[in-house]
Amino acid sequence: MTTTATPGPRTLPALGPTRKLKVPKQAERTLRNGLTVIAVRRPAVPLVELRLWVPFGRAHLARGAMLSQTMLSGTDSMTSVQLAAELQKVGGGLSAGVDPDRLMLSGAGLVTGLDRMLELLAEVLTGASYPGDEVAAERDRLIDRIQVAQSQPAHLAREALLKRIYGRHPYATQTPEPAQIRAVRPAALRSLHAERVHPAGAQLVVVGDVQPEKALDAAERALGGWAGAGRTATLPATPPLEPGPLLLVDRPGSVQSSLRVALPAVPRTDPDHAPLQLANLIFGGYFSSRWVENIREDKGYTYGPHSVIEHSVAGSVLVAGAEVATEVTGPALLETTYELGRLASLPPKPEELEQARQYALGTLQLGMSTQAGLAALTSAYAGNGLRLEFLAEYAARLAKATVDDVARAAAHYLAPARAAVVVLGDAERITPGLAALTPVHTEPVQP
Amino acid sequence: MAARRSRIPATKYPVERFTLDNGLRVVLTPDRSAPVIGVAVVYDVGIRSEPEGRTGFAHLFEHLMFQGSENLEKLAHFRHVQGAGGTFNGSTHLDYTDYFETLPSNALERALFLEADRMRGPRLTEENLRNQVDVVKEEIRVNVLSRPYGGFPWLTLPPVMFDTFPNAHDGYGSFDDLESATVADAADFFRRYYASGNAVLAVSGDIDVAEATELVTRHFGDVPSRPAPRRPDFTEPDLTAERRSSYTDALAPLPAVAGAWRVPDPVGDFAGYLPYVVLAEVLTDGDASRLVERLVQRDRTVTSLGGYLGFMGDPFDVRDPTALLLQAHLPPGGDVEKVLRTVDEELDRLATDGLTDGELARTQARMATHLLRDTDAVLGRALRMAVLEQQRGEPGLLNDLPRLVGDVTEEQVRAAAATLRPERRAAVEVIPGGAR
Repeated sequence: MTTTATPGPRTLPALGPTRKLKVPKQAERTLRNGLTVIAVRRPAVPLVELRLWVPFGRAHLARGAMLSQTMLSGTDSMTSVQLAAELQKVGGGLSAGVDPDRLMLSGAGLVTGLDRMLELLAEVLTGASYPGDEVAAERDRLIDRIQVAQSQPAHLAREALLKRIYGRHPYATQTPEPAQIRAVRPAALRSLHAERVHPAGAQLVVVGDVQPEKALDAAERALGGWAGAGRTATLPATPPLEPGPLLLVDRPGSVQSSLRVALPAVPRTDPDHAPLQLANLIFGGYFSSRWVENIREDKGYTYGPHSVIEHSVAGSVLVAGAEVATEVTGPALLETTYELGRLASLPPKPEELEQARQYALGTLQLGMSTQAGLAALTSAYAGNGLRLEFLAEYAARLAKATVDDVARAAAHYLAPARAAVVVLGDAERITPGLAALTPVHTEPVQP
Repeated sequence: MAARRSRIPATKYPVERFTLDNGLRVVLTPDRSAPVIGVAVVYDVGIRSEPEGRTGFAHLFEHLMFQGSENLEKLAHFRHVQGAGGTFNGSTHLDYTDYFETLPSNALERALFLEADRMRGPRLTEENLRNQVDVVKEEIRVNVLSRPYGGFPWLTLPPVMFDTFPNAHDGYGSFDDLESATVADAADFFRRYYASGNAVLAVSGDIDVAEATELVTRHFGDVPSRPAPRRPDFTEPDLTAERRSSYTDALAPLPAVAGAWRVPDPVGDFAGYLPYVVLAEVLTDGDASRLVERLVQRDRTVTSLGGYLGFMGDPFDVRDPTALLLQAHLPPGGDVEKVLRTVDEELDRLATDGLTDGELARTQARMATHLLRDTDAVLGRALRMAVLEQQRGEPGLLNDLPRLVGDVTEEQVRAAAATLRPERRAAVEVIPGGAR
């Protein structure tokens, strides 16, 4: 080893030239049955990712949850075990999930198995049989899972927040009650499937070591026969966020409080979105944000505070969340309101904006650098009527947002006066600290 | 119909290795398919090396490594990584602690600067220590104390299975131990374990090997040389009689159980170890696997089931002693005894009757998908290669894993199953205290 004289302070090396965002090669085709197929090439590993988004707004909550739980339980010609084994043979797997916007079938496997995975996907879409025995078993499993979820503070806080911000909108309740699940019969699942699981308006994304046109052909061969035009449903726009007293959900004995703050936001295509996204980053949207540096790195109140803009088909919302020690619940809310208010009333420093901008642009590159990341992004965009090309437009908007643009967005969207706040915790211990800051309305957990 | 065997594909990531004069080992694996890089620095120290009375210290120290260093103020590390468009983290394992970033490739030199700076010396101050003790306590509250099944089974099974402090203690740590940790403890820990000779640096992704070699040498070449400490022998004898334990989880609404059996040395006897990695998947990977079909679908004595190697689910980055684990959640009033008996029965059946036609091949095909998917991300590649270099001197093993998994034979899987006897098992049961 060579030793040199003790160096003085070392300086941070500059960044190299930025590589321009390159959208990968893709192709798209809408089949005669109305299914849109988007194929994107990323050949880094010999795998392929599938995402099928079926619009599912206004579907019955408990039946929808049970449908996703039992869709892969068997078809007219295969048991659930046979189906799983056939997928496994090509290194593949499929899973199903629902939210208030869509039913999503996801899978990944060896690229040599793409045709077979698509065939099996088609088998499920056209022949899922919802066998009575399996439905009964899955009903019990789902009820158990909901019961476990309801013992998690983060889940309970989320439920309370959704009710608080969405009121009567279908987004307000996203987890069915066990009693509702218990009432679901196979016949109801078969009719929900017949009514809602159809290709018109659905989007299939295929990403991987594929030639896009060939992947479209493969999808057309397998899924061209998926027929049926069922009911479509449109969700009403989400209601405007109503500020009001802090909602305190009492969970006696909690060792932490779950703090959630909802603020208004706009869809990805809105001109305010990029500046708002930058304002959100500066506030609490990444580790180097004011909120994290304040309540974690300075004060040690919490482990993982985070704020994020959530986009759903019917509306967008900004949600900030932190699990904080019970004894500092009031002070944590004070600092949260302080940081929101500071950003809403004073422009950020140019270097703060540059740092947030680089982070936003860099993480776009990172998100596109794996097959799974590309598949998730392509599917989320497609479900909201966008294509990957929008990434370039979004990057350009991020690049040109000024301090004034961000200050304006912060003043408009992040003002604490516009917030809806929910806290889940031990009311007896945390009420005094919270009530000193804001009017508090208390409810028991799970009324 | 005879099972058609899917061809197991492989990756061909190129691997360059070298060692700096100060003992730092370096692994470079270029791949220019996307303009991003993964950077990982792995230190050969983990939970097992914590001194008695200092439970949770390896993890607390991981936090302290982010609190400023020779040329960087507190918070600077985060700002410089994220301000370059990247993300970062660190994590503490039984046998190592890692620090990592994934960034656009124009930030390579910056990432190397940041890692080298804290390898020279983190800023260990009283204020930072107290702050991070508070943060870690909140982390433990979120992940263990206020969460149902918190720490199950990774924190609750080792004390049943093992007798010695290194293997049996709580790696997250007790609040008492955390609160009594001192700056002097941290300085000692750094001097001893965070030596250049005890570390591996791996860089993957959009790099030019010659340029990266030059930058690595420029930034890490003058990190003071310190040799790796001798790693103690953590070996413990295998169980000769079944061990059982149970505890009440005040938040858990339903019962759960985990069982584990010791397996061959993952490093010293890799060939003997691999069949257990495959066996865990034969037993639990998806609806067509042995135990899911039997326990979840047929008997309905459990509602979910998982099986894996290593207490942190890390089959290829853990040293001896380790275990094959099965964990299951049960329906209300579920019978843990019955579940364990059925597992024994299925293991017997597998050992005696062998696998069905195609069962092994399809399991191996899916394992290949999982392995390849994990390495598609540049960071997954850097981290895995760094640990393979550190523990085996063989980072290129990453390319071979899908094939090696595919070479495991039915006879080996049967023989592995035959060793999972009840008298070699440790099990822990969660009694629900939160049932309503």
